[in-house]
Amino acid sequence: MAAKSIDIQILQEPLSINNCYNFVLNEKCGGIDLFVGTVRRWNKGKEVSHLFFESYLPMARREMNKIAVQAIDQFGLEKISMHHRIGKVELEGVAVIIAVSSKHRKAAFEACKFAIDSLKLSVPIWKKEYLTNGSHWVNSRP
Amino acid sequence: MKILCFGIAKDIIGTSELILDEHQITVAQLKNQLNEKYPKLLEYKSYMIAINQEYANDESLISINDEIALIPPVSGG
Repeated sequence: MAAKSIDIQILQEPLSINNCYNFVLNEKCGGIDLFVGTVRRWNKGKEVSHLFFESYLPMARREMNKIAVQAIDQFGLEKISMHHRIGKVELEGVAVIIAVSSKHRKAAFEACKFAIDSLKLSVPIWKKEYLTNGSHWVNSRP
Repeated sequence: MKILCFGIAKDIIGTSELILDEHQITVAQLKNQLNEKYPKLLEYKSYMIAINQEYANDESLISINDEIALIPPVSGG
């Protein structure tokens, strides 16, 4: 796998959709699919003020890279970019971006879904939800 | 050995780096020790142990120089 086909970043500063788009854009591809995960105000009827993301950085990068390699192999992508934010993220802020490019749209749609679904399952990143009345780590309750 | 703790596990254990007086131990043994010392861990969904930045199963053996992490249920994205 050529290293330049994969772009993995975990960043403290705001994510750039343009950077992800520009990384995957290339003349071999007729389709680019972008998933952008943003912070919403309402979650299960509770009002969110902001989110905080923590990461086990080196392992998170490795897990994201594994997903990227698998997405390329499985769907025949040309390129994939996966960026995740850490630290405090305000409402409407971008928490994650997945961008993929392939010859045709079907593989792009499927690979993009695969990548974000897999990220949510295995990448060691944790979200703390700050509500208007308290805070908690998401996903930790039985 | 040193165990890195994240998310809810860091809150329960009260530190991001837990030191245990062990030299070689399996993942299952480590989990038993942690659950006994920090019973609150059992109130939450099952957690994983990572050895050298890879998810490990219960039979995996941990040595003193390995990088160990306690990984509570992830919630990125």
